[in-house]
Amino acid sequence: MISIKNLHASIDGKEILKGLNLEVKAGEVHAIMGPNGAGKSTLASILAGREEYEVTEGSVDFDGKDLLDLATEERAREGLFLAFQYPVEIPGVSNINFLRAALNEIREYRGEEQVSAKDFMTMVREKSALVELDAKLASRSVNEGFSGGEKKRNEIFQMAMLNPKLSILDETDSGLDIDALRIVANGVNKLKTKDNASIIITHYQRLLDHIVPDFVHVLYDGKIVKTGPKELALELEEKGYDWIKEELSI
Amino acid sequence: MSEILNSTEIKLINTNGFQGVLNDTLKAKATDILETIKFPTTRVEAWKYTRLTKISKQIFNVSKSTIDSIEDLSIVKNAFTIVLVNGFYNEDLSSKELPEGISIDRIQNSKSPLIGKNLKLENEIFNSLNTNFTTDGITLTIEKNANVETPIQILHINEGEQTVSTTRNLIIAEDFSKCSIIEGFVSSNANTCFDNSVSEIFVGKNAFLHIDKIQYQNDSCYQVSTEQVEQQDDSTFTINTITLNGGLIRNNLNIEVRGQNCNTNLNGIYQLKGNQHVDNHTIVDHLVPNCESNELYKGIIDEKATAVFNGKVFVRKDAQKINAFQSNGNVLLSDDATVNSKPELEIYADDVKCSHGSTTGQLDEEAVFYLRARGLSEKSARKLIVGAFINDVIEKIKNEEVVAYVQGKIEERFSNTK
Repeated sequence: MISIKNLHASIDGKEILKGLNLEVKAGEVHAIMGPNGAGKSTLASILAGREEYEVTEGSVDFDGKDLLDLATEERAREGLFLAFQYPVEIPGVSNINFLRAALNEIREYRGEEQVSAKDFMTMVREKSALVELDAKLASRSVNEGFSGGEKKRNEIFQMAMLNPKLSILDETDSGLDIDALRIVANGVNKLKTKDNASIIITHYQRLLDHIVPDFVHVLYDGKIVKTGPKELALELEEKGYDWIKEELSI
Repeated sequence: MSEILNSTEIKLINTNGFQGVLNDTLKAKATDILETIKFPTTRVEAWKYTRLTKISKQIFNVSKSTIDSIEDLSIVKNAFTIVLVNGFYNEDLSSKELPEGISIDRIQNSKSPLIGKNLKLENEIFNSLNTNFTTDGITLTIEKNANVETPIQILHINEGEQTVSTTRNLIIAEDFSKCSIIEGFVSSNANTCFDNSVSEIFVGKNAFLHIDKIQYQNDSCYQVSTEQVEQQDDSTFTINTITLNGGLIRNNLNIEVRGQNCNTNLNGIYQLKGNQHVDNHTIVDHLVPNCESNELYKGIIDEKATAVFNGKVFVRKDAQKINAFQSNGNVLLSDDATVNSKPELEIYADDVKCSHGSTTGQLDEEAVFYLRARGLSEKSARKLIVGAFINDVIEKIKNEEVVAYVQGKIEERFSNTK
């Protein structure tokens, strides 16, 4: 589904990604772990299309399309979804109004019919239940007054509403208590199909107890330095990132 | 009487033989003042940020003309509409069936002593010009106890090249009356026209008067528009000043709250682009106790446009227990957009609650990115966020047709930029 080859990227002249390679196929769950500063959020930002970053080398193929050539909204319409690490509050913009507008712009792009008000509200009720998000919160302003856990659940609610091909969860678990974590993980698991895929970026192993990955990658100093099965996450948690440095003589 | 002013400084208006319709006593006073007054420069505090050279160096013509229809120009369809074209009342285009509880006449037929009562002429060039060269206007009386359901629409249309409209309205809301007025300033093939309008408004005891003032003139047009308001006991006066397009606009809103237990609401939206300039000067003067005033103005400024907000609130020595709140918020959409915001509170009483606030900032780019990352185009994202920004002022407009008109024009602006 997504094929990242030799990706080099900088911000303000400083190189963060130094030749990153990653292949994700439909139906797969990939976890990316790494120490602070390794480039995890940079990767998520670049895939989503943040303009502050400069891609200096490499390519990203998303289902046959050159992702780096597409504007942010086009990437979303092609089926890419980023669950933000720090979801912003947008007072005065209703959560469900904007989602309906987004859904319709995505449908228009794909030549599909616009969603009716009735169908849309049914979807809202269904999907908000998935992440145990009170319907009342769903109709308030985007993230306004939401707790940390509610903001993250709102991200997964939106993911459920927009039904992306590839979802990138950028440290979705950070700041969550165990209950919130379980709800979020549960939501993500329920949305998994053989046709979609996820990239789970996380600092801590505990999320991966709930969302079981097919592959675990270690991102270190701007490159994926090690890939393994889900057990690799446990090993990493136990031994720390220094172990990786030693193993690879970095 | 001389048709062109004696002063060599001010030429401005070519009357083509036309004589202003107000009474001679008022005109004499104005003529006196016009003999020595000069156009204010930016060294005059009240005009510090609004340069008048564009207006003062031109000659505008009094022109009685007509247009075919108001179909595409009116703000609302459901209203009793009074049409003025280039400042002249147009009977054909105006509504015929007067609603109950209202009486209307042309200003030249009125002998009301209220005309000119509170309007300052000394050092006020535009008030003086308006007094001397009034082309037309209406006296609108909302009768005592009348509850008028049908909105009254006063539609000012400018048309043609270099025309000048000088209208004077007298609006009297008698005791216990209730009415809403929509005053629209629009253009029909107008190029470089000048509008100098004055409305003298008297709100009686326990009366409710709501005015939605909409400005949507051509980019090349100039306007100075003044409301001089007086409120009596227990009355509620709301005026929403919505500036959607125009070249250079100065709004002077002066409200004397003479009665106790009054409610005064001044709200505004201004959306500017290109080289447009809007200057909103407001004064709320609390003379007596136990009143409340609320002021909320929001601006969206793009490209090289400039905006001025100067809101003065006076609370006089005997005006205890006054709640006066003022807020001005501005969003700058470009690097060259400018706003000068000056809230002023002058408080002489000691048992009052007053506040003022002014914010100026840019659109939250993080919020724009968030919406785009969900599939919304950049334009849609910006439109949503700007809509959210002005929403609290839109909520002050009660008439749904007016809301639809305003939102439509704002939407249009967003669809046309970049």
